[in-house]
Amino acid sequence: MPKGKDTALMSWKEVPFGCYILESGNSVKFKTGDWRSFRPVLDKEKCIKCGQCYIMCPDMSYNQDEEGYYIVDLTYCKGCGICASVCPKGAITMVVEEV
Amino acid sequence: MLKELAKFKGFSAKNLPKEEPFAPGHRACQGCGEVLALRLALKALGMNVIAVSATGCMEIISSPFPYTSWRVPWIHIAFENAAAVASGVEAALKVLKRKGRFPKNRRVDVVVFAGDGGTGDIGLQALSGALERGHDFVYICLDNEAYMNTGVQRSGCTPYGAMTTTSPPGKKSFGQMTWKKNVPAIAAAHGIPYVATATPAFFLDLMNKVKKAALVNGPAYVHVYAPCPTGWGSKGEDSIRLAKLAVETRIFPLYEVIEGKYYITRKITKPKPVEEYLKLQRRFRHLTEEHIREIQQRVDAEYERLLRLAECL
Ligand SMILES: Cc1ncc(C[n+]2csc(CCOP(=O)(O)OP(=O)(O)O)c2C)c(N)n1
Ligand code: SF4
Ligand code: SF4
Ligand code: SF4
Ligand SMILES: [Mg+2]
Repeated sequence: MPKGKDTALMSWKEVPFGCYILESGNSVKFKTGDWRSFRPVLDKEKCIKCGQCYIMCPDMSYNQDEEGYYIVDLTYCKGCGICASVCPKGAITMVVEEV
Repeated sequence: MLKELAKFKGFSAKNLPKEEPFAPGHRACQGCGEVLALRLALKALGMNVIAVSATGCMEIISSPFPYTSWRVPWIHIAFENAAAVASGVEAALKVLKRKGRFPKNRRVDVVVFAGDGGTGDIGLQALSGALERGHDFVYICLDNEAYMNTGVQRSGCTPYGAMTTTSPPGKKSFGQMTWKKNVPAIAAAHGIPYVATATPAFFLDLMNKVKKAALVNGPAYVHVYAPCPTGWGSKGEDSIRLAKLAVETRIFPLYEVIEGKYYITRKITKPKPVEEYLKLQRRFRHLTEEHIREIQQRVDAEYERLLRLAECL
């Protein structure tokens, strides 16, 4: 049996007064990509660089590359499939995530 | 037209702000339409905001200790008093500016994010008070049509017939027995300068409305439709499809009320039948043809009423 102190985020003695979090936006350290069971895959041939996938992603997972394509960063992607369903060109396919 | 809005050209797909005031790593469910609406609203507002959140899904998923998804000053407040706290923040900013302790010309928008429960039910009197006192702030209601954070209980904004844990269908019930409360109309009745409805499916429309709400002097209210796959029993990938269908069926019409005058911002001339929208969600699965007909009639009548408001006023 692991002890509490081995599994807990921190001991109660280290909890800052008032439970303050002093670093803004530090949830970026919490990688939600491991929730995913499907992964979006882009077919650049079909993509018209419209950015719908980028703006509709609830997890801010798309970034534009130098050529203007929107490329998924799987660090936070939860695999919801919204990007694939809003893509006007059907350029994104959801495939089962390998383990 | 309000003079504050005269210079605003609007966002376009080509000039979207790059900034993300809301960080990833948040714990909203897969395909959450509410967090997408929140992301888009903050993208429109930018970094010069002080955000006030009532308790609810968006607070929970953005701030499990020791993490926060907020890159802007944020205050979490009880379920019922977000508008009162925002009033205090706005008043404090005014005083600090007057005393020279905060740059006079620096623009900071005070914005509330609250759910439908936190807005239309428990926070309604705080909201009414803040609107009536005329504070310069934006109130954004993220309406996922139930108390989702605590496990899908019905709210005043839950639509007729919907199944929730406190409006379960069965032998004696067909789900929610009341019609959805019209909170934007309540906000508009306060005679505030700006009220609007929006949905993430039309993201430019949403971002423009939120920005306008921030630009006007005095209180502004934006009611945002926010699909919730977990509470509605819909597929995560369908959130945007539903948000679009809600508009195309006239269930959730998009409009603005500027200084009391109604403007329909997306006219739906050939509406789709409400059934197309209902059938994608488990919360409506038990409805009979009779119920669906009733809902269709109500939607048609409400849209007619809205058209008359937009034309006659
Ligand atoms: C006075 C009070 N009553 C009840 C609760 C429990 N509670 C927290 S969030 C919530 C539901 C929030 O619903 P809504 O405002 O619609 O936001 P959503 O979670 O759906 O985004 C409830 C009932 C509370 N925090 N405070
Ligand atoms: S939505 Fe589709 S077409 Fe548009 S940028 Fe994304 S992948 Fe390309
Ligand atoms: S699957 Fe969902 S979370 Fe992943 S990139 Fe697409 S829209 Fe974003
Ligand atoms: S319960 Fe609904 S609103 Fe809350 S995080 Fe999940 S999908 Fe979003
Ligand atoms: Mg809600």
